[in-house]
Order: sequence, then structure tokens, then C-alpha cells
Amino acid sequence: MEKITGAEALMRSLLNEGVETLFGYPGGAIMPVYDALYDYTDRLNHILVRHEQGAVHAAQGYARVSGKVGCAIVTSGPGATNTITGVADAMIDSTPMVVICGQVGVAMLGTDAFQEVDVVNVTNPISKWSYQIRRAEDVAWAVSRAFYIARTGRPGPVVLDFAKNAQTGMVEYKPEKVDFIRSYQPIPTMDVKAIEEAAYLINHADRPLLLAGQGIELGNAHQELLNLIEKADIPVGCTLLGLSDLPSDHPLNVGMLGMHGNLGPNVQTNQCDLLIAVGMRFDDRVTGNLNTYAKQAKIIHFDIDPSEINKNVKVDLAVLGDCKQTLAAVTEKVHKIKHTAWVDSFKPYAKEEYEKVIDKAIHPKEGPLLMAEVIRKVSEASNNEAILVTDVGQNQMFGCRYFKFTKAHSVVTSGGCGTMGFGLPAAIGATFGAPERTVCLFVGDGGLQMTIQELGTIMEQKSPVKIILLNNNFLGNVRQWQAMFFNHRYSFTPMDNPDFELIAKAYDIPAATVTEREKLDEEIEKMLTTEGPYLLQCGVLEEDNILPMTPPGANVDEMILEI
Amino acid sequence: MKQNDCNKCGKCKDKAEKDLSLCEHLYTILIYSENVPGLLSQISAIFTRRQVNIETLNVCASSTPGVHKYTVVCCCTESMVIMLTKQIEKRIDVLQARYYTDDEIFINETSLLKIATPIMLEDARVSEAIREHNARIIEVNPTYATAEKTGSTEEILSLYNTLNAMGAVLQFVRSGRICITKSKAEHLDEFIARREKERGK
Repeated sequence: MEKITGAEALMRSLLNEGVETLFGYPGGAIMPVYDALYDYTDRLNHILVRHEQGAVHAAQGYARVSGKVGCAIVTSGPGATNTITGVADAMIDSTPMVVICGQVGVAMLGTDAFQEVDVVNVTNPISKWSYQIRRAEDVAWAVSRAFYIARTGRPGPVVLDFAKNAQTGMVEYKPEKVDFIRSYQPIPTMDVKAIEEAAYLINHADRPLLLAGQGIELGNAHQELLNLIEKADIPVGCTLLGLSDLPSDHPLNVGMLGMHGNLGPNVQTNQCDLLIAVGMRFDDRVTGNLNTYAKQAKIIHFDIDPSEINKNVKVDLAVLGDCKQTLAAVTEKVHKIKHTAWVDSFKPYAKEEYEKVIDKAIHPKEGPLLMAEVIRKVSEASNNEAILVTDVGQNQMFGCRYFKFTKAHSVVTSGGCGTMGFGLPAAIGATFGAPERTVCLFVGDGGLQMTIQELGTIMEQKSPVKIILLNNNFLGNVRQWQAMFFNHRYSFTPMDNPDFELIAKAYDIPAATVTEREKLDEEIEKMLTTEGPYLLQCGVLEEDNILPMTPPGANVDEMILEI
Repeated sequence: MKQNDCNKCGKCKDKAEKDLSLCEHLYTILIYSENVPGLLSQISAIFTRRQVNIETLNVCASSTPGVHKYTVVCCCTESMVIMLTKQIEKRIDVLQARYYTDDEIFINETSLLKIATPIMLEDARVSEAIREHNARIIEVNPTYATAEKTGSTEEILSLYNTLNAMGAVLQFVRSGRICITKSKAEHLDEFIARREKERGK
């Protein structure tokens, strides 16, 4: 049998896993892999990023919109440590990703060799699995196992630390297909009794509220969710990562949960008699003060991960399993019922929020542009069909509040980790994961400059990212907190910024700046109709505040509408 | 440290007020994993992150070929030990993790004491204590004697404290707890049998 190098075995193993796109950056300890890749460029599309952090965030963006496993390849030492933020981000946001990093040869391990970092131990607590490939013979098995672990159950990042001798060693390549690990049960067995109890609780509830998390996106359970809520007439609040679980304008979609979410679902969390959490993890940004959170309600938690049950919120019933199956099973047993008065009770909250917050944010009569109006206009100009990518901060909260969704897999944002600099590379990844869709990135002047080098990747790939830079010359979210909780002491939040339009032009990216309301529609239209990438800089109100807000540690129903 | 409770929170004495969610107790977690390197650091990281100290730790091959057994003793609330157990079990190569209270397991620890021979010869209470505690002398020479004591933490510490008060102890070491469960069910075997049936399905 023909012998090939471990590096080439990696190429064949990646193809065996259905990988088409890789994001990466070469370096000393991964050179044999890049040499093998040179002969596989007709089958593997490698995107050269400008920094390894860009590679992992791009892989995340790719995974989020495609549902496939994102893949990044980097070198050892600093190459690997530059991926740490992305690995941690993918872990907390359950994003399937495999990161392959070079490592020094096994003979040099532990000797403080050049560009040697103990990557397995560094990444262990922030990855689903971290493994060092020490022999060419292990490549096929390890790669298959990595992809199996990354994509199954609750997805997550896997790190493969690929020793140089294993890359150069010769092996008779045999394809491997790992589809069973006896110590790892990705999907807990569905408990029929729990399904019956859940149906009983739903059938006996007068005021049920469903909290839809990213689990529905990850489990492709959009239809199953609709079937349940429409049959049992249950209003739904979405988490940040679950915003495209169901269309924004669905009559039962009562809005976004959380610190800057909508008034109705937050206040009514403490009014409902049954809280049905699906594929979400009761993050502190969603719950606020746990001591007063939904104490009046019975709580059912649907999740694939047993360690999420009772972690933050003690629940009355856990329904373990894949929500695509468990939701369908429960729906069969629930009665067709109407909760008209309860569903209508969300309307006054929506009206109050519209009058006090939303109307002012999207229909300002005078003054500088506001983030919310820009976002809503971009959303509408794209028929609410685009993919929303955000960075982190006010741009993210405004983006998630005011963008509208009609399609699944349309939100790419850094939820649990809150990684500034995530947006630009994630948007690049999204254009590869969903090439047929429009990708709109909302990013602030702070976050853009954290990974601004990826404009080089956009230039080279002509990635059609529509970059909407919401420039307020401030680290806006921190500034808002300084205003609200630190007596307006703006400690290091104002920023002197470069000419972003000029920077974009240097990267051969068409760019424009808009500051006047009358020109906004026209500039958005121009951005969306221009083929390829585009940077639209919007000069927005410097000291705008994202509202409503549940102050940190406050009760979920204590939202501030005005300051 | 007592055998049945760690007395950390002071609530254990009053059984009427015993609230498992608030009260810290001594728990023994038995973890079975595949025999792969690096698992110990994965397990210990989970304790570190939850700010729970490992009181004792024993790692060895189990009676099932290829399976390693970790015996971890820690002091925490029951809700914490539940979370720890689930998060340990979530690690890919961990087969099973379960927690036990002391009444659910047979426990043993062993210890070695290095005793100064001149003091032992001078003070008759030293050999008396060794006999009373059913400890075993395994070596004597003119400088020191080595005693071995196996039993519960309390029994071992009682011997050590007695001899130490006499100034006789040169060195003392106590092992981590080892235990077997009292339950009639062999949970690991059942788990492996079930998983093997699911293989290829």
C-alpha cells in the first residue's frame, strides 16, 4: 500500500469529513501541512487570514451560518495562542469548530523549544476535546474523532495539536470514520415520562412563556418549535443567539430576552405560570437576579447537555435530548388551546416600549444619525433576509434589537464570551458559509480596530461583506456604563480615530461615509447593490444609550426605559 | 477533619436544620475513565474553577481492563457536588462519575509513621498506643521504627495525634481514601454493557 506523509493524511482526512473551506495562517511548525495543502487547493479552499484570531472567528462565522464544522489551521506557539479567544468563544457559544495547530516534534516536547507552547493543557478547560497527534498513524483517527466530537451533541471546539514529526512521518493511509465513543453519549436518551410530564404542565398552564435559545438553531428544530407554540398558543422570547429561531414578525414572537432585550418577555418572565426553556442556558445576562427570577412559575428545561440542568436556575422538570425530537414528542401530547388574554397581555408592554424607546430610536426627527435607525433601514433594505453579524458592544445590542429576521441561521454574534473584534472575521467566514446570502456586519470603531487587519483578507478574497461601521468615536457600551454607574467619568472610552474610509480604500474596498439622515437610504442602497465588499461609515450620535436596560444584578422585570 | 462531616459550615451538628443545598458535607466522587493521558488535569481543573478543594485523591487501574478509577474526596454542598459530577462526566473520555456519602461506601485509608526508637524505648506509652490502635510495626532499627496503620481517617489521625503529643513522630504520611460501594448494582458494568449494545446503531 502506498505511503503518504502525516500532513497529506490530514488533507485526505479533512476531505473525508467533507471539509471544503479552511481558514489559516502558515508558520514553522505547520509547514509540512501547508506543503501538502499546495497539492490539494483544487479540493480544499484555504483562506489566508491576516492574524490567527481572524482564522478562528472566520471558522466560527462559517459554522454558524452553514451548520457545518468550521476549520482553522495555524502554527505552533503564538499561532496557537492567538486562537485561544476564538476557542473560548466557540466553547461558550457551542460552535462546532476544529482548530489544527502545529507543534514541535515529540523529541523536543517539554524542552522549551522554539515556538513550543503546551497547547493541549492551555486549551483543555476551554475546548470540548484537546488532543496531541504524536504519530502519523494517528492522523486519520484523530481527525475523524475531532469532527465527530465537534459536531455532535452540544457542539463545541476541538483542538488538534499536530506534532511536526507526525506531519512528516510516513503512513499507509486508511480512511477512518469515528461515529461512536463509548464514554461519550452526545444525545441523552429521551425519557418518555418527562415528555408526558412536560405535556401535562403545558396543558395545565394558563400563562406559558417559552424561552428559545440557540439549541433550536443547532438542532434545526425551527419547524418543531413552530408546531408546538402554534398548537398550544405559547408566546416566545428569544435569546441573543436564538433570535432567528422563528421569524421576527411571527405573532407569538414577543421579542428578545435579556439585559437589553424587549420589555414584554422580560417583565412577563416574572408573571408567567410556566416557563419553558429550550436550548438555552439561563445566562446571567438573561436572568438578572436569580433570587427573584421566575419564582412564581413552574420551569421546564429542554436541553441536550445534562450539566446545564439546575446549573443557574433550579427547574421543576428537565427534558433531556435533542430538541428536534423532544419538542416533536411533546407537541403530539399537548392540547390545541388558546391563551388569547395572555398573549394579548404582551401588547401593552410592546406599546410602552415602542413609544418610550423604539419610535425615538428608529424615527428621530433631528440630530445626528442613530445606530438603531441605520440598523433598521439596512434590515428593511435587505428585505429582512440578510445575515446579521455584529461585533460586541452597543452595535451588537442595537443590531440584535433592530435587525429583523425571516430566515433561520441569520445571527452571528459573540454571545457568552462577548469578544470585541469578533465581527469582521466572523462576517468573512459567514460569506463562505452562506455564499448565496447577503452578510451585513455592524461594528463599532473600537471593535473594528481590534481585527482591522482582516480587511486584507476581504481584499484578497473579494468577500462580499457589507461593513456598516457605526462610528461614535467612543467605546460606546463602556461609556454608557460609566455614565450610568460611574458618575460620567469617561475613563479611556473616547477614541481618536483614523480615516476609516481611507483605510478601506487602501484595501481596495469601496467605501462611503454618511452623516446626514436624508442621504442614508441612498447610501444603504448603494452599499447593497455594489457587488463585493463595501464599507459604509455612519457617523452616529456620540453619546447614545442602548435601552431598555436591566441593570446588572437587578430583577428581570426591573427594566429601565429612560434615563 | 471528621469522618462523617467536615464541620466547615457548622450546620451539620443540628440535624433538624440540615439543608443539603446549604450544608457542606464530605463527598466521595468515583470517576471511571478511559486510560488516556491528561485526564487528571481536566478533572482537577473542574474543581479549581468551582473553588472546591480536593481533600484526598487516589488514581489507579480499575477492575475493568483499560478503565482507570479516580477516587476524589471533597467537601462542598450537595448541589455543588452534583454540578461537579456532571461537569466531570461531560469530559469526552470520562465513562462515569457518581458521588457518594460515607454511609454508601466502604472506606479505607492507610498511613505510615516513622517513630524515633529512643523515645519509643524511653516512653512505654508509645508502644502501648501502637498496640491499642492495632498498628503494625514493619521495621525497627536503633534510630527509628516504621509503623503502618490502616483504617478510617479518624483512627489514623487518633494514632498520629497520640504519638505526636509524645514527640515520637519523625515522619507521617496518610494515603488518599479508597473505597468500594455498598450498592448491589455495578453501575459501571451496566453503563459499559449498555454502551456496547449501542455501538454501531
